[in-house]
Amino acid sequence: MDSIVQNLQGIPLNHYLIFCSIIFAIGVVGVLIRRNVIIIMMSIELMLNAVNLLLAAFSAYRGDASGQVFVFFVMALAAAEVAVGLAIVVMVYRNTKSVDIESLSKLRW
Amino acid sequence: MSVFYFMAFLSIFFALMTIFSKNPVNSVLYLVLTFFTFTIHYILLNAQFLAVVNFIVYMGAIMVLFLFVLMLLNLNKDTEPMKSHFVKFMGAIAGMCLLATMLGAFHVIESNNEYVTGNTDVGLVKNLGKVLFNEFLLPFELSSILLLTAMVGAILLAKKETKKVNG
Repeated sequence: MDSIVQNLQGIPLNHYLIFCSIIFAIGVVGVLIRRNVIIIMMSIELMLNAVNLLLAAFSAYRGDASGQVFVFFVMALAAAEVAVGLAIVVMVYRNTKSVDIESLSKLRW
Repeated sequence: MSVFYFMAFLSIFFALMTIFSKNPVNSVLYLVLTFFTFTIHYILLNAQFLAVVNFIVYMGAIMVLFLFVLMLLNLNKDTEPMKSHFVKFMGAIAGMCLLATMLGAFHVIESNNEYVTGNTDVGLVKNLGKVLFNEFLLPFELSSILLLTAMVGAILLAKKETKKVNG
């Protein structure tokens, strides 16, 4: 356990910031370039996880437990979001036989 | 110390593979690997509770849900809708712009090359449980209502519309 703590103390917080920003940007790119609804939801999960890790990093570096509790709530919210989102995807697929995001564009009118 | 950089490299690599692989099932499997590296990151941060929750909830439950839906809908490489190259290129440019903006913002704020200041035991299950059930008891209970609502909504949405026999 001591080695883990020493491990933690060797890395500046800036590197966590940069790393999580990169993962978040990858999630944004995933939302922009894919048309499969399920892959878009997976990219959203990627973004949520990047934010989670950064919250946990700040919490661990400051010695404040509130950040990790917040990560716990974000995880509960992500589970709810995925359940409802995938139910919607299944329903859309049943109606249009496609998971293309463009098939939802008829919702405009 | 170098474990962090190695795992960060792996996370970025798997995340890129997630959004760029053509087959949706491969995408989900790469996302599972990404989440596994995130679990290792939590362990490195000494956040043991979050590591276990990430492992069980994300990799165990959410990813299995994604995989179930993918296999239920019978999606594979042939049915995968792809955007045009121009849109992909513009999406990549936009993502790079976002990344550059964020990195620039981090550069402008005073470089906080800070190291661990507080006690590093906050992530243990005992300490986190004390905080969760004292200060955050009401949000914790409210999240149960949120999950119940999501469950009811998911069942309602995914249920097949059945014609009423005895109208």
